[in-house]
Amino acid sequence: MADARLLQAAQLEVSIAGHAVCRDLDLQIAPGDRWCLLGRNGAGKTTLLLTLAGLRPAAGGQLTVRGRPLTALAHRQRARHIGLLPQDHQDAFPASVLETALAGRHPWLGAWQWEGARDRKIAADALAAVGLAGFEARDTGTLSGGERRRLGLATLLAQQTPLQLLDEPLNHLDIHQQVRMLELLTQQATDAGRALLMVLHDINLAARYCNRFLLLFGDGTHAQGSHEVLDANRLQRLYGHPLTRIDTGHGPAWLPA
Amino acid sequence: MNPRILMLLAGLLLLSATSLLYGLLSGSVAVRPEDLLAVLSGHGDSLQDQVLLELRWPRVAAAFVSGALLGTAGALMQVLLRNPLADPYVLGISGGAASGALLALLLGLGGAWLHGAAFGGALCSMLLVFGLAHGSGSWSAQRLLLTGVVVAAGWGALIGFLLALAPDGRLRGMLFWLMGDLSYASVPVAGSCVLLAGLVIATGLGRSLNILAYGEQTASALGVGVTGLRRTLYLLSSLLTAAAVMLAGSIGFIGLIVPHLLRLAGLRDHRLLLPATALLGGCLLVLADTLARTVLAPRQLPVGALTALIGVPLFLALLNYNRQGLVDRG
Repeated sequence: MADARLLQAAQLEVSIAGHAVCRDLDLQIAPGDRWCLLGRNGAGKTTLLLTLAGLRPAAGGQLTVRGRPLTALAHRQRARHIGLLPQDHQDAFPASVLETALAGRHPWLGAWQWEGARDRKIAADALAAVGLAGFEARDTGTLSGGERRRLGLATLLAQQTPLQLLDEPLNHLDIHQQVRMLELLTQQATDAGRALLMVLHDINLAARYCNRFLLLFGDGTHAQGSHEVLDANRLQRLYGHPLTRIDTGHGPAWLPA
Repeated sequence: MNPRILMLLAGLLLLSATSLLYGLLSGSVAVRPEDLLAVLSGHGDSLQDQVLLELRWPRVAAAFVSGALLGTAGALMQVLLRNPLADPYVLGISGGAASGALLALLLGLGGAWLHGAAFGGALCSMLLVFGLAHGSGSWSAQRLLLTGVVVAAGWGALIGFLLALAPDGRLRGMLFWLMGDLSYASVPVAGSCVLLAGLVIATGLGRSLNILAYGEQTASALGVGVTGLRRTLYLLSSLLTAAAVMLAGSIGFIGLIVPHLLRLAGLRDHRLLLPATALLGGCLLVLADTLARTVLAPRQLPVGALTALIGVPLFLALLNYNRQGLVDRG
């Protein structure tokens, strides 16, 4: 029987510039999982995310995709399976909003193949989903920071990968859009049997929308689990700052002390 | 496809044909269009035969092909370095070619020797930069750009040295070569082959190039093999540049400005941008070269000066027009 796990890490070791990001990390990402990666600035969240995306070699351990080694996948094959929203966008040349969203279709098209009506529909739907319908012909240079961020999300949605890795997807978004995007992402993870792993800095939004948490303490150690892993001691150790738990009608909330 | 883009491509084809005709018909010996037809059908008189087939056709064809090579190489180099200011010469290819060519001119060599020396110098520079930038494994656009710029500066010093050594009689020819000169041109058979092959390969990579412009991480995440693509781009743009420099010396400006002109006109997709750049680069260089040999005839001006004279106002006008367009749309 085929391995259903979208990504599995075994004894994964990741380091950057001689600094250990994580050691002995065992991680299993299954369809429907909504992972949140938490950690202080410089803990290595982005480095780990890039390693999981197959864009950066691990220092040790194995990464497997549905039972196959990640490194054995060809670039396009990997990009049909794992999508990544980078932390920021750099547009070297002018492009339209629709062209940028269509870039998500790249791994699904052959070398000489042009984007067809179906790809355009997928890209237009993705734009509509992030609230950018009607922006298709706009130049990306004329978008605001939040609109550009949502365009990045649309590109990721158009890629239609079973596993989506997102590096601070809420950057530049106002509170309404933060909630909207998290609703959208978690909804389609549940509906389409996809899995998410996102770097978030807002513990409360993370606790509301995610069901699995991976904490990177910055010294190579880590902790993971469902909501019970978020307790005052661990969070204080995680951020080097005490946090107070407040029980609200909608569940616990964390405030910096 | 967008009808505006189709119009643009059709217009470019028409412009190419017109510029080639203009180049063939202009010059000190008057040739009318019907004379051209007569020559083509084998009924022309011997003077017109000679002027058209032996003098003008090789020169016009060489101008078109080298303009097309430069435009394409410039567009590729801009994506490779993700820098809109990049041109085909930024990584020192033209410096290497110029050093080879000036050495040949200094030794009194001409014709095939001159072309061979220019191509050899360009190849030498290309391998040098590739080897140095590649040395430690990592191969970022930054590192490549820095290596190329420093190697180009080295060639610049060598060129100064060669010019200082040159006897007065040879200096003029050398300076003309440096500014770009098509008066030694022959029918560009090899150049056309390089151009066609390069265009087919580059256009095939077009969608990957579009995506590379979004940044290395985004491109890798979308399944582009960035390292391999960069190497291919480097080799391809270097070979195109070397072929252009071999034909016509280092003609500035075409490779920088033509891709931007078309981007400003709304062509962003490299699958269309690259062939369009080739056409427009060819047109511009044919126009510039025809003007260079006719405005102050019988004196010949360096074509490189003319490309800038045509290109600068054209570019600024379009940039200004486009800014207004953006405001209207935004």
